[in-house]
Amino acid sequence: MSTETVADSDGEDNAPAPMVRPSWFADIGRIAAVVAVTYVFFMGLGLLAGLNVNFIMSFLQRITFYGAVFAMGALALNLHWGYTGMFNIGVVGFMGVGVYAMSFVTASPDASPAGLGLPIPVGILVGFLAACLAGLVIALPALRVRADYFAIITLGFSEIIRLLAVSGSLRTLPGGYGTGGGSGISAPRTDSVVSWLQSKPVTGELTDGIIWAGVNLGGVPDSVMENYVYTGILIGIVILIFLLLTRIAYSPFGRVLKAIREDELAARSLGKRTDRAKVVVFVLGCGLMGLAGMLWLGKRTLVTPNHIRPIWTFYIFVALIVGGAGSNTGSVIGGFVFAAFVYDGPDFLKRVIESFYEVQSPPTIADAFVSSNPLAVIDYLVNSMDEIKYIILGLVLIVLMIKRPQGLLGHRKEIAAAVDLSRPSTPSDGANSTDESATTGSAGGESDE
Amino acid sequence: MSRESLTGMGENISGGRISDSASAVRNRLSPTSGADIVGLFVALLMVLLVLDIVRRLVTGGIAYTKLLEYLWWGLRDAMYIALAAVGLSMTYSILQFANFSHGDLITTGAFGGWAAAYLVGGWGLASVGELVLVRATSGGVSPGQVGLQVFASPLAILIGMVVAGAVTVLVALAIDRLVYKRMRDQGGISMLIASVGVALALRYFLAVIFTNRKRGVTATAPDVGPFTAHELTLVIIAFALIVGLHLLLQRTKLGKSMRAMADNKDLALITGIPTERVITATWIIGAAFAGISGYLIVLDRGSVSINLGWFLLLLIFAAVILGGIGSIYGALVGSLIIGMTVNVSLIWLPSDLAKVSAFILMILILVFKPNGLLGGVETT
Amino acid sequence: MSSADSPDLESQRDDAESVDEDASARSVDDAVLEVSNLHKRFGGIVAVDDTSFSVERGSITGLIGPNGAGKSTTFNCITGVYEPEDGSVTFDGTDITGWEPHQVANQGLVRTFQIAREFPEMTVLENMMLAPKDQLGEHLWRSVLPGARGGVVEQERELRDQAWETLEFFEIDHLAEEYAMNLSGGQRKLLDLARALQTDPEMLMLDEPMAGVNPTLEEKILDRIHALREDGYTFLIVEHDMDLIMEHCEHVIVMHQGGVLDEGTPEVIQSNEQVIEAYLGGEV
Repeated sequence: MSTETVADSDGEDNAPAPMVRPSWFADIGRIAAVVAVTYVFFMGLGLLAGLNVNFIMSFLQRITFYGAVFAMGALALNLHWGYTGMFNIGVVGFMGVGVYAMSFVTASPDASPAGLGLPIPVGILVGFLAACLAGLVIALPALRVRADYFAIITLGFSEIIRLLAVSGSLRTLPGGYGTGGGSGISAPRTDSVVSWLQSKPVTGELTDGIIWAGVNLGGVPDSVMENYVYTGILIGIVILIFLLLTRIAYSPFGRVLKAIREDELAARSLGKRTDRAKVVVFVLGCGLMGLAGMLWLGKRTLVTPNHIRPIWTFYIFVALIVGGAGSNTGSVIGGFVFAAFVYDGPDFLKRVIESFYEVQSPPTIADAFVSSNPLAVIDYLVNSMDEIKYIILGLVLIVLMIKRPQGLLGHRKEIAAAVDLSRPSTPSDGANSTDESATTGSAGGESDE
Repeated sequence: MSRESLTGMGENISGGRISDSASAVRNRLSPTSGADIVGLFVALLMVLLVLDIVRRLVTGGIAYTKLLEYLWWGLRDAMYIALAAVGLSMTYSILQFANFSHGDLITTGAFGGWAAAYLVGGWGLASVGELVLVRATSGGVSPGQVGLQVFASPLAILIGMVVAGAVTVLVALAIDRLVYKRMRDQGGISMLIASVGVALALRYFLAVIFTNRKRGVTATAPDVGPFTAHELTLVIIAFALIVGLHLLLQRTKLGKSMRAMADNKDLALITGIPTERVITATWIIGAAFAGISGYLIVLDRGSVSINLGWFLLLLIFAAVILGGIGSIYGALVGSLIIGMTVNVSLIWLPSDLAKVSAFILMILILVFKPNGLLGGVETT
Repeated sequence: MSSADSPDLESQRDDAESVDEDASARSVDDAVLEVSNLHKRFGGIVAVDDTSFSVERGSITGLIGPNGAGKSTTFNCITGVYEPEDGSVTFDGTDITGWEPHQVANQGLVRTFQIAREFPEMTVLENMMLAPKDQLGEHLWRSVLPGARGGVVEQERELRDQAWETLEFFEIDHLAEEYAMNLSGGQRKLLDLARALQTDPEMLMLDEPMAGVNPTLEEKILDRIHALREDGYTFLIVEHDMDLIMEHCEHVIVMHQGGVLDEGTPEVIQSNEQVIEAYLGGEV
């Protein structure tokens, strides 16, 4: 069912039109359109620049993979911030707890640092629960602090996790266990699920078929196709999280969350147990962050503290803000757009530029200015694309906060209820009047007494 | 823990209606039995730790000189944290947002100042480009060849320090004009997010210019008694600046306006204090101190990288929070506590976990005593 | 009159004078709310000083007093926003002293705020739907788990019908799908009242329900309050407008400097010299 946005046709203010029911078709269409346009854009640009097709295909795989990772993170953050107003900037800390716990469970007992050698699904479950537990530990004492204090507490928490992970003193603990310190921890990769799928009867044929199609019809190498399959699984999980969040949005529980965001004391004064709702939602969101961390970092042969730096939290924040805090569709689109254009796009651009002429970058910007080559400054900037990426990231944040604090797609519009709220027996629904004095109004024929 | 001390804080976690006067006032005035219990617990812990230090001293677990060394390091760290914390605390209370780009102002000062010091002190030893970029590549002159240290080239070091402050002030004022000024009427969370953007843009702008190589900068400092000359320079200059700030705050009209605004912005507005002028002054003082702090940190440590300030930011926040946001003197006390915590904890903790103790302290304070250790009794 | 909510203002009074002795709690036949010897201090400032009164079931009782008399603090102590240092609050036979706001509300004692606290980015209907207590769907698992949602949807339908009915009763049903932030100040007050009613309370405590409301709307609100009283609801109303209180309340409590100065019927109050001195000034 897709009853579209029911606008209240008053036209005053730029308030978002309330959305009575989930509009699946519109949402999926919007996401698909953004993805398609992005694919076409990069494919066109790549082909124009004469880039290797394999390179383009694996780039598209990369942005889809990171798009899914950022979308998961943004969705989880949306539950905290967009739905409930809990300003959590320790996202990467919960990701780290998840992936370290999983690695501990799944790593081989003979490895260094050693693990328990249990299967990956068990590891993911434990990682999820560990991230939930970390969320509980933070949420219980910090429930009622101010938003900016809450932000600093969560950032402090994520830095504590990172410092613990990087610390040499926890590198190897008795029994051979440990964090592995700065060099990280190694465990079976989560994308080994692809070969597991291949080994099973039905899924195996399906997976093989997809990979065969990619290899023979698209000329894409085997390994890239396997990555595509893993990315596909991630997309599936994004969809599940999306469904979960949508279900929460359109429910009485979601209504309580929204009320907490708007005015917690008022909600409490109406008898709502806001503390309980906040703990529940914070723990759930942290678990989802842990899940995102596991699916993202678990794909690497080595999980290192370098991957849980605060910058990753800010990536997810930008993804969410680009899409619009509060909107699930926005979170997904934001995640993908961020991955494609900010996180990975500059590298692609660099390759495109390099394909047109040989970039001869001077070692420093001073050399670039005194160089005889008139393009030296541009060359230097092309070569500094990694740094420029972060500048773009920063500028995007600033401009969004000044111009459109509500994000590209605006605020959350869902009506938080499990049923359509329009007047049940609708005798005089059209009689709208926003007369200030409100003396008129529909002469509600059914008012009692 | 009693609800009494906690209820007030959270009503606006959504950041919607930022100041709910009733709960804010209650926060300030509540009898705080829950916080008292935690305070008691912390105090007990402190006593135990002090007793443990005494025990270790007596049994020879740690050498007397080792403890003194930790304390000295604590003071040294406290001084540069304090320089930065003053500015952060002032912008937090006067502009009412947590400025996450403050750390990168420190980095700005470090690079700006040392670029100038290199230009003056190393003139003729290498190309201007190499000097201005403070050894951006590894091939050129070595720090030893440039030979910057306080006794050999005091003038270059002094000029560098002044430029560090000046450059940082210019950058901060430009950022205020471009970003924060357009957001004066927005909520603290929007400004916080924007400041994260400023932090990233500024840091990587520096990275594009100076490259992200971590490199040595100063020549080895001679020892003065048990200290290095550069440590001493840091502590003395920082102390002088703080005394100067104290005089400014107490003796001048501007200082009084700033204290009034930090204390209660709305009230200050009513009484006709020129807001924008005070805001500008806040940025000037805060940024100058941050820039000089960064410059002095490099003098002491001998090396510089673009992450210098960012890595310090959370410690500075910890100091500000400990002292109570908006209280400038509180920030100084908080810096001392943080500096000491990070270093004295080395008695029990390995050095790579020392920061953890400071962060845990910060979180405990935010949760149980959000007005800081001084409890907002005496603002500014 | 800005915010009597703020103890700042209440602190400005000097509490040197002693509180009147004879203003002890009168005995009421059927008291639904009993406040006895309530104390609340902020730092060194005494905001509520030994306040006792009771509210009769099914009455409209007014609570008046000059700015800083301790009315709002008393309100906040009763509804759990503040925790009193001493004294007790009994509601419907249950001691609710020091309860959390949500516990007080779920007991059937619901308040509104001096400055209406609607949820601005929720529609009027959402505001209304939030209020009813014991909603099944407020448990995450009920709302999310497949198969567990049947009862939730069922209940949601009932609540929706009930919300429309209440909106019609207050004649703001034409605004039902409007965001609350687009309502006028007076309409927000109405919404606040309607929303509080959705919790199915025993008693409503209204903190200056008429502040900032135009006369037409004021009449409407009063009309509804009287109608609801007929239905058996009890009201305790903090108001500044003396005429209004005198006209519409059958019992009036006067607070002054943190304590109860006098109470009784409007006629009695109006003839009390002390009250006139303390509050009415030369106006009457």
